[in-house]
Amino acid sequence: MSKTFRLDGREIPFEAGQTIMDAVLAAGGYIPHLCHNPEFAPHGSCRVCLVAIGGRQVSACTAPASEGLEVESDSEAIQATRRAILQMLFVEGNHVCPACEKSGACQLQAVAYYTGMLAPHFTHFFPHRSVDASHPDFIIDFNRCILCELCVRASRDQDGKRVFAISGRGLDSHLAIDSPSGRLGDSSFAAGDKAAHVCPTGAILPKHRGYETPIGARLYDREPISVVGDVRAHEEEVA
Amino acid sequence: MSDKPRIATVSLCGCFGCHMSLLDIDERILDLVGLVTFDRTPLTDIKRLGDCDLGLIEGGVANAENVEVLREFRRRCKVLVAFGACAVNGGVPAMRNQFRLADCLRESYCDGIGVHNPGIPNDPEIPLLLNQVHPVHEVVEIDHFLPGCPPSADAIWTFLNELLEGKPIRLPYDQLHYD
Ligand code: SF4
Ligand code: SF4
Ligand code: FES
Repeated sequence: MSKTFRLDGREIPFEAGQTIMDAVLAAGGYIPHLCHNPEFAPHGSCRVCLVAIGGRQVSACTAPASEGLEVESDSEAIQATRRAILQMLFVEGNHVCPACEKSGACQLQAVAYYTGMLAPHFTHFFPHRSVDASHPDFIIDFNRCILCELCVRASRDQDGKRVFAISGRGLDSHLAIDSPSGRLGDSSFAAGDKAAHVCPTGAILPKHRGYETPIGARLYDREPISVVGDVRAHEEEVA
Repeated sequence: MSDKPRIATVSLCGCFGCHMSLLDIDERILDLVGLVTFDRTPLTDIKRLGDCDLGLIEGGVANAENVEVLREFRRRCKVLVAFGACAVNGGVPAMRNQFRLADCLRESYCDGIGVHNPGIPNDPEIPLLLNQVHPVHEVVEIDHFLPGCPPSADAIWTFLNELLEGKPIRLPYDQLHYD
């Protein structure tokens, strides 16, 4: 008999060592997440996977599952907190979805839809950030980076390259590229790298294929991310 | 005086796409005309804003006139709605916020490709541009937000019906879009 906990009243089985997120995803459930990707060690930085256990809020991607927990995820209070976190992510960068090639297949946008976010609410920072189009196959648009470190982890842990790192502190934190010029085209980054295929936003994008899938036929255009799942599970269709 | 709710609409720094989408509700516009009275809007050509129950603001705030009109709408309308992507977050026009205003003007009117008679227009009739384009909620208090570039006709229809019936606004999944 496997052990169980409850997610919004639903029984979820788990094995020793699994986090709440691992167990829920394995059981076909959904807790929103951006910095989490089951292929990499949990990072616990974006906080959109926030759930409540007995009135205490924890990140589901780092909290270990344990017998008999009552986990609250789909309540209005939790969704409201997630919305506020997402609103901060939106105003901190420059997200012009109508002008973004990733729109409709973007996990940040899809999670915001899932929580019912209608507007960014806060005052926009409108930071000055650049676009790096120096690589022949990929562009990086720093305006859309949410510092989830998935590309950092993929490049380091799977590609063995360390092309990316987060540099600076606090508001100055930014994604840095390891090359003499600091540009992607002068780094060892290649289209086949794992790091090229893990970004949950439109920050790292393949060139020349932006509108292969028309708006309206994209991953999250018809059904929510809680049904469709992560971008990574659909790489072939949407890359 | 009819006691139907009065609606006013305006396009600030927008492309009129949200107003076009409002017209896209097709024959339902006849139902809408039965439900509300239109005050100042590009559809009626009434120039002066009266006291209204509802104001729909398309577009962000890019110049001094936008600020003035938006504040007038806030004074006159009981309920004010940020209508569409540019009103909600500045949208595509806010992409100029990456550049200095002087550089934008120089590029458009002096150094740009194909410019004849270079010179930055300075007729006093032309409203002065703000340094940055702002979403409307950064200038006045906003009661409701309807995202989309533009919001689809169905989303507008759902929104207006629920609002007029005093219900909480719940857009079905395929009507909630930022693009
Ligand atoms: S990365 Fe996602 S949220 Fe940001 S502009 Fe692109 S589609 Fe919108
Ligand atoms: S570029 Fe993408 S994957 Fe890398 S840190 Fe930014 S959002 Fe995350
Ligand atoms: S998914 Fe858990 S903190 Fe980002």
